Amino acid sequence: MKIKKPSDLTAKVAELRAGLSGKTRLQVSLGTCGIAAGGSPIAAALRKHIAEQGLEKKFEVVDVGCLGLCYCEPMVEVKSAKGKSIIYGHVSEEQIPAIVAAGASKTAEGLEALKTSLYYPEEQAKPKKKVVQTRIALRNSGRINPEKLEDYLLQDGYQALAKVLSDMKPAQVCDELVESGLRGRGGGGFPTGKKWQFAAAQPKGQKYIICNADEGDPGAFMDRAVLEGDPHAVLEAMAIGGYAIGSDTGLIYIRAEYPLAIARLKKAIEQATAAGLLGKNIFGSGFDFNIELKYGAGAFVCGEETALIHSIEGKRGEPTFKPPFPAVRGLWGKPTIVNNVETLANIPAIFRQGAAWFKSIGTPGSPGSKVFALAGKISNVGLVEVPMGIKLRDIIFELGGGIANGREFKAVQTGGPSGGCLTAKNLDTAIDYESLKALGSMMGSGGMIIMDEDTCMVNIARFFLEFTVDESCGKCTPCRIGNKRLFEILDKICAGQGTPEMLDQLEELGNVIKDTSLCGLGQTSPNPVLSTLKNFPEEYKAHIFEHRCPAAVCTSLLNYTINENCIGCGICARNCPVNCISGLPKTRHHIDQSKCIKCGACMRSCKFAAIDRK
Amino acid sequence: MVNLKINNNPVSVPEGSTILEAAAQLGLKIPTLCHINWDCFHVEHRSGSCRICVVEVAGRPNLAPSCCTPVAEGMDVHTNTMRAIRARRTVLELLLSNHPKDCLVCTKNQNCTLQTLASEFNIHDIRYEGEQTELAVDDNGAAIRRDMNKCIMCRRCETACNVVQTVGVLSGVNRGFTASVAPQNFLPLDQTACVFCGQCVLACPVGALTEIGYKDEVWQVLNDPSKTVIVQTAPAVRVAIGEEFGMKPGEISTGKLVAALRRLGFAKIFDTDWSADLTILEEATELFGRIKSGENLPILTSCCPGWVNFLEHQFPDLMHMPSTAKSPQQMFGAIAKSYYAQKLGIDPSDLIVVSIMPCLAKKYEAGRPEFAPEGVRDVDYVLSTRELASMIKEAGVMFNRLPDESYDDPLGESTGAGVIFGASGGVLEAALRTAADWILNEQKDGSIAYFEDVAESPIDFVAVRGLDGIKEATVKIGDLELKAAVASGLGNARKLLEKIQSGESQYHAIEIMACPGGCINGGGQPYSNCGCNDGSDILEARKEAIYRADKGLPIRKSHLNPSIVKIYKDFLGEPNSELAHKLLHTHYCPKK
Repeated sequence: MKIKKPSDLTAKVAELRAGLSGKTRLQVSLGTCGIAAGGSPIAAALRKHIAEQGLEKKFEVVDVGCLGLCYCEPMVEVKSAKGKSIIYGHVSEEQIPAIVAAGASKTAEGLEALKTSLYYPEEQAKPKKKVVQTRIALRNSGRINPEKLEDYLLQDGYQALAKVLSDMKPAQVCDELVESGLRGRGGGGFPTGKKWQFAAAQPKGQKYIICNADEGDPGAFMDRAVLEGDPHAVLEAMAIGGYAIGSDTGLIYIRAEYPLAIARLKKAIEQATAAGLLGKNIFGSGFDFNIELKYGAGAFVCGEETALIHSIEGKRGEPTFKPPFPAVRGLWGKPTIVNNVETLANIPAIFRQGAAWFKSIGTPGSPGSKVFALAGKISNVGLVEVPMGIKLRDIIFELGGGIANGREFKAVQTGGPSGGCLTAKNLDTAIDYESLKALGSMMGSGGMIIMDEDTCMVNIARFFLEFTVDESCGKCTPCRIGNKRLFEILDKICAGQGTPEMLDQLEELGNVIKDTSLCGLGQTSPNPVLSTLKNFPEEYKAHIFEHRCPAAVCTSLLNYTINENCIGCGICARNCPVNCISGLPKTRHHIDQSKCIKCGACMRSCKFAAIDRK
Repeated sequence: MVNLKINNNPVSVPEGSTILEAAAQLGLKIPTLCHINWDCFHVEHRSGSCRICVVEVAGRPNLAPSCCTPVAEGMDVHTNTMRAIRARRTVLELLLSNHPKDCLVCTKNQNCTLQTLASEFNIHDIRYEGEQTELAVDDNGAAIRRDMNKCIMCRRCETACNVVQTVGVLSGVNRGFTASVAPQNFLPLDQTACVFCGQCVLACPVGALTEIGYKDEVWQVLNDPSKTVIVQTAPAVRVAIGEEFGMKPGEISTGKLVAALRRLGFAKIFDTDWSADLTILEEATELFGRIKSGENLPILTSCCPGWVNFLEHQFPDLMHMPSTAKSPQQMFGAIAKSYYAQKLGIDPSDLIVVSIMPCLAKKYEAGRPEFAPEGVRDVDYVLSTRELASMIKEAGVMFNRLPDESYDDPLGESTGAGVIFGASGGVLEAALRTAADWILNEQKDGSIAYFEDVAESPIDFVAVRGLDGIKEATVKIGDLELKAAVASGLGNARKLLEKIQSGESQYHAIEIMACPGGCINGGGQPYSNCGCNDGSDILEARKEAIYRADKGLPIRKSHLNPSIVKIYKDFLGEPNSELAHKLLHTHYCPKK
């Protein structure tokens, strides 16, 4: 059925509601992560079991996107029609009969339900737990079948677009968004409504709205989760943006490495167009809007909006100086706004529930919620969406489950490869755009890499610099050569060739790169170096002055020696690939340091804890 | 007007001006490296990539690149705070840390902006040494040498190649520290659509793009007693070479040029202006013929080898449009190796023809197989204006103190029409001077007298002069209204050529020069017109000198050149004769 006016949408949703089966849903997370963890065979086995047992009337198996609980994939959520839900993690095919038998009424025998912190503010007035997630951008991800428009419609999908097109003038749309205080979730934190206003203020004519889906921070995948789990939300938001600025064309610039997201977006665009929710004269308002996909080749810098635009134009993906801003002169020289996926995913909710509602979440300067991707040495690797202003401690220790393997927390890097490393003393900072910047880090796209005591901070700075050196476009001098030199200095320090003046050089060079680079990449790339220099100066000094790596990571600085526990069994000598261990049988052996390549084979093979590494 | 303060000094500039421009108004030169403003061609390269021009702007978190930051009302700019100075010095140190620093043996020594800045910034110690770019040098071609190890990624060459010339060979490749500017797949230039105009060489502020030099080879033949070495000098050389010796731009140093060449040991000093006159006779005959038949119009000039390359690469469907006349350089070579060698009674292979050209494409042209009948090249070596200056310096010839000397006979006598080949519009004007006489002659008598003067015919066609990229003129000659256009710079040429393709073109003749402004701005000219932002004045001065030289000559029409008249009488017969066709005409082949 084609939806031609707002009342058609109401009728359609009523029809869908009436047709609801009352079946218990067996939801299997089939985002890229779920599929990689083996979710597809679980879904197939569930379907087979239901069919074999003749339970089709009671149960339906639903493929959903990612709930963000990566640490326990593959995962099945059992959800009754009344909304009761039990989530099982690390599900194996053998457990399926027990899960189905228990249904949503009780926990399956021998299995444990996951205690999650998911919280949907529009559904519940008050959370029960102390620290819970606030799901706005991820509200549908992992809960609906992303390949079914009907599932989205049942979650109030396209209601915001209907409201905007029938009740609001474009200027009101921009004003409402400004009022909500929504800021760009891709890293910059620029007020999204202001961006829309700039583009709306440009003379009438061809304008573009681009969804930046070139998610490139290592370890960050919130945009992928949204695109794979709730693609229609992004399309709806883009249409709202198109109406607000006077654009009839949206483009989604998505990296080609996201095939599943691409497939689901394509499907969603087809469905929305077929339903009349995209295309000509949407909701009978006279507003036309179409969306096409553009693929990126995975260059990190193409996440920068001017570089992204050049890439779409078929030019070399490198940034240009602003002004002119894309809102004035963007794609093909026309006014263009570029919004990140997560930013857009917030927008339908804002227009359904109002700017005041959105502002009531988060902090006055940074309203709303933010998705963080927890990675590194943390128990619950995955995505969490939390209100702005939450403490780092709450994210890491409450939602993230603390440090993996019972180790001690050492540092957390926020904001992707260009973020800074924060320490235990920053754990109680209420995080928003400004506070992270003040600490020498940044919000970035929301990556959070947690490090434990086994992490060498010099080495980690070197590691992140290596990434930016690789991903710099090479256009401006400080980023092209400066980051390379920073990396080389760190490399030398890690290799035990550090000199005292390098400490000053790192700081001065780092500051100049930040101060003079052309785009956000270079303006932030020295953060890992500068923040570790500031927060962990003793580690740098240990490397430089004592030729020692306190975390025992930098191999060049390590020494393997054999202690008195040695019984002279000779297994280490047999395992040494360079034959540098010698000794008579049954006597303590010795490692020739001049030949040792510090591979650690001896230590791994020794059964008597006779090898020391310092 | 926008009011702002720079270093506490108030200044008002038009809206849209940059901080750099506002500072210049206060007499402040903020150092620049990547920025270049080809003012007279209305092209500005503002990549904002080198970051050497950063300044402090109150209220901004980061330093601002002054070359591309527009001024704003009330802006408070400080150009020389410690923060800005330190940042600029560090950026320069970084550039130097990945630069070979072989200044003493670099072709661009003393013509290098990076070198100048290092000296002005008092950089004596580079703190951030590390890996150096190591890319193979492309010096296989005949004209342009690319050493990307010296490249500072200012990207000016890209703008010259892609925006000004629309040749589209150079672009940024790779990323991060390995980023470079190169043709696709790092192909050598001679395997690309490069036309060898050398505008990239002029644009390059360092030694990354230079010419392929033939000085050593020329010294070799000059010292070989079995060879007779003669030399020809292109029109635009005489108005620019003086700059290499501290003379003011626009000084005409024809006499000193001849004297210097004689001191270097060339057996005969001849003039490409002479063969330019010869070119006019051949080309004007074609023009005359096409106007009479009304077919294959407009005729396109063919003296510029950069343009010929462009045509062959980019407009394969227009191969029939240009005049088939060879360029003056090649006509000279062909006559020298036939007529003149016969006259001297020596084997053409023992007669060495050296050209002094303002051009790098001429190096390529001289090596084309069609200009080497029976394997003997018509023109053996081509030196740029810069290379000749360097030879003169190496030989210790004190150019400025030389007396004015004259060209040798018979290939040294020329007219004002030959001289103006050196500036955009000159070839067309020279052709019009001759064609006008013929047309009037024919309108009067019904037949052409090739070598007769028509006193009342026009001689100064000022509408086709000047540095504008495209010039149009309608000239009334008797009852004929002749429509002509002139394009300089291949981007401008492209516009006219596309008009021909679409059938909109109404012209009888179009002159095309690859280099903006013509040969005075050729890729082989002294570097003084680039690297800074005031090259326009220098070009203007060179252009004025060309027309001054024209005015100063007693004969200003090619067909009245006595030695041209003589060579037709004694040797060639008449214009477009069979022998003339064999020696003085060529053909064009599309290139893939």
